[in-house]
Amino acid sequence: MSIQVEEISKTFAGVTVLDRVSLDFPTGQLVALLGPSGCGKTTLLRVIAGLETADAGRVILEGEDASRTHVRERQVGFVFQHYALFRHMTVFENVAFGLRVQPRKQRPKEPEIRRRVTRLLELVQMQWLADRFPQQLSGGQRQRIALARALAVEPRVLLLDEPFGALDAQVRKELRRWLRALHDDLHVTSIFVTHDQEEALEVADRVVLMNRGRVEQIGTPDEVYERPASPFVYSFLGAANVFRGRVEGANVRVGEATLNHDGSDADHGADVVAFVRPHELDIVTDLSAPNGVDALVRRILAFGGSARVELDGIEEVKAGAEPTHYEVVLPRERAGTLTQGQQVRLVPTPLRVFRQEAA
Amino acid sequence: MSAAVSFFNPTGQTRVLPGFGLSLGYTLVYLSLVVLIPLSAVFIQTTSLTWAEFWAIVSAPRVVATYKLSFGAALAAAAINVVFGLMLAWSLVRYSFPGKKLVDALIDLPFALPTAVAGISLSALWASNGWLGGLLVPFGIKVAFTPLGVLVALIFIGVPFVVRTVQPVLEDLETELEEAAASLGAHRRQTFTRVLLPVLTPALLTGFALAFARGVGEYGSVIFIAGNIPMVSEITPLIIIITKLEQYDESGATAVAVVMLLFSFLMLLTINLLQAWSAKRTGRNR
Amino acid sequence: MAITATLHGGSPIAHGAHRYENNAATREQPWVRRLILTLALAFFVLFLLMPLVVVFHQALAKGWGAALAAVTDPDALAAVRLTLLAAGIAVPLNLVFGVAAAWSIARFEFRGKQILSTLIDLPFSVSPVIAGLIYVLMFGAQGWFGHWFIEHDIKIVFAVPGIVLATMFVTFPFVARELIPLMQAQGRDDEEAATVLGASGLQTFWRVTLPNIKWGLLYGTILCNARAMGEFGAVSVVSGHIRGQTNTMPLHVEILYNEYNFAAAFAVASLLAMLALVTLALKSWVEWQANRPVAQQEII
Repeated sequence: MSIQVEEISKTFAGVTVLDRVSLDFPTGQLVALLGPSGCGKTTLLRVIAGLETADAGRVILEGEDASRTHVRERQVGFVFQHYALFRHMTVFENVAFGLRVQPRKQRPKEPEIRRRVTRLLELVQMQWLADRFPQQLSGGQRQRIALARALAVEPRVLLLDEPFGALDAQVRKELRRWLRALHDDLHVTSIFVTHDQEEALEVADRVVLMNRGRVEQIGTPDEVYERPASPFVYSFLGAANVFRGRVEGANVRVGEATLNHDGSDADHGADVVAFVRPHELDIVTDLSAPNGVDALVRRILAFGGSARVELDGIEEVKAGAEPTHYEVVLPRERAGTLTQGQQVRLVPTPLRVFRQEAA
Repeated sequence: MSAAVSFFNPTGQTRVLPGFGLSLGYTLVYLSLVVLIPLSAVFIQTTSLTWAEFWAIVSAPRVVATYKLSFGAALAAAAINVVFGLMLAWSLVRYSFPGKKLVDALIDLPFALPTAVAGISLSALWASNGWLGGLLVPFGIKVAFTPLGVLVALIFIGVPFVVRTVQPVLEDLETELEEAAASLGAHRRQTFTRVLLPVLTPALLTGFALAFARGVGEYGSVIFIAGNIPMVSEITPLIIIITKLEQYDESGATAVAVVMLLFSFLMLLTINLLQAWSAKRTGRNR
Repeated sequence: MAITATLHGGSPIAHGAHRYENNAATREQPWVRRLILTLALAFFVLFLLMPLVVVFHQALAKGWGAALAAVTDPDALAAVRLTLLAAGIAVPLNLVFGVAAAWSIARFEFRGKQILSTLIDLPFSVSPVIAGLIYVLMFGAQGWFGHWFIEHDIKIVFAVPGIVLATMFVTFPFVARELIPLMQAQGRDDEEAATVLGASGLQTFWRVTLPNIKWGLLYGTILCNARAMGEFGAVSVVSGHIRGQTNTMPLHVEILYNEYNFAAAFAVASLLAMLALVTLALKSWVEWQANRPVAQQEII
């Protein structure tokens, strides 16, 4: 079942929350809407569900314009961040709700309802809790029930709003894997909203990155992480060291230092912002190396196989200003040769540059 | 005080904050002097009656007639208040309309307006020459100085109880519940009866019980509009005053008072249980 | 027990109704909405607004002069004085009690706390007539202490002390009922912090507790005062109904009314109605004050 949104715009009290967003969600995939809080991802999800009406644009479900269709007729399954389970109903009745409220003619007979609810509870591995009330369940269990309830009406699309947002780290990880496995079984077209990049990259087939009501990039987890399309995406997905400077041929001049760049998108003389991930930055103790930024080692955090080194930019330290912070990830044995306060040179492997005005 | 501390503090834990003995001691003394000892007087006074005498007083036909009116009218008024109180609370929380702040503030009028003022005002309003009573004359309906008048006064008194117990529950209700119901295909009517009403029921029942309890004991707003005709429009609190107290039959007054007090304690218990239930169902703790 | 309005029980109209009206899942069809609103407001007008309007309308039935004369009549002024006296004694006493009760119940754990809390509510659920009756039983001519008081020529029932006692009884729970849940919700962290920092008990109370509970305290006091000045049933039982001596304002209204002096009765009643309106206005103002900083915090 395919979903398209076309030119969706929405403002709340003068603030633009969605700015002409157009997206195509392929059938059977699990797509993550990823972005910082306030980027419009939840609003977009609610517009698709019909819980929110867009000011402009269309929502197209299976090729039909559903913009005017009421939420109860859209046949979407919606899973809420705080589950929204009905407290006065048992787990069983919660899951059965969508079947019981169907018009008399379409409503399944009682044995059929029992059969379908039991099957769903088996699917989410909660059949043993059928007679409990929601307050008696843990957060993870509640979220599974909420999912079973949404699936009971055989939705054309499953929408999940921060599905793991209210859970603690351990349960979160476990439920993530479980959701991915469930999706591989069912292949219901699914969209989930999250602000956690690790979650999006780990679970989704495709990731939609949103910022300030616009789509920044769409791609597979690998694509968006390896080839970020904008400074926002680069800095949002994982840790990054940032340099601001001007392009001089094959280099970027940052203050006194020059750094190699990867050659893309860099006209001579352009002001740019450049990124490099901590593991793509090398530390050399030879201060006469042709490229690199000089820095002082401030702290070495070694655990497991790798070490994280935190450094301060030396130019600012000398000038008495607030220093730029750098972060480098190295194999542990290499970090062992460094000492705190030591002056070193940071050499980026590929430096990804973006024009300054894009930032 | 050391004895009191060991009784009230069986685990013997240390209290960090000061003033426990003083504040609790003062509370207990004041409560006993103003409330508990005077109230116990009612029960002790009744012991001067034999069981047969007591029963003869509280089951006399004229007294039984007042029970019927007081309890009947209070039940009906509370029921009417549940229906309209829910609609008022719903409108205040869910709809915007001009004058909403004023309406919201005036809901508490029955708490703030002295009952005697309400009484004379309601009887002027509903008398056959009054603004509202006059409208009913062509239909042959008399309100003031009939049992209907008692009902009207008790409706007035009971309004805030239902509105103010339901309103906060409605405000705290997550919209997600209704969104979930709608996304599962429920119509608005189904969402109301299957999702909202079960959550609101404890609060509605609490409001009902509060209005009912208050209505049975209400005096000031009722006596002016009731007409106080024996066997017809006489309420139980009035019978304590008129037929007993003014005839210096204190034992008789006390016997009827005991019946009313026992009812009050029963309602107090009921209301506490209802509120515990309400807190559980809405997920609010206190 | 939520017998009276409480300050902390969710501020009325805190969020505005738009979030419901703009949500497809929470709004009714227009005709349903119109029906509910019409019925609710009709009920409001019939049972709350009109009784209020009638008071002022009737008070002025014989013109401003007659109304003014009724209010400035010596007996009326005596009733006003007695009402102020009774409230002036009962309210401060119940205020001190309310603070003490809330301090012990909300700040300490002890056996029987729940029972104590319920007992404090008791006067709310007792008919006002019985509230009067109990003092007649205690202090009346045939009462427990009646004999002793007669010997010493002290009149309690059918005199001013009885009126004050009855007023104290019916307004007993107001301040405590407001403060106990408020202080329980606030927790004892602030006071414990102050104690750890070396503040004495009184310093802690004046500098930490009181600023935290001031709006709740004011709210409870306003409601307590309204009831104290307006009480009718309990006071009616213990009062001797002696004009100029043991008549409070509500009792004076009753006497005038029973003498078919309606305009005068409503003129005095309109004073009490104005008191009620001031009470409601103050109450709304306190709610607004108390909820304002909270609302600001939420935005931040």
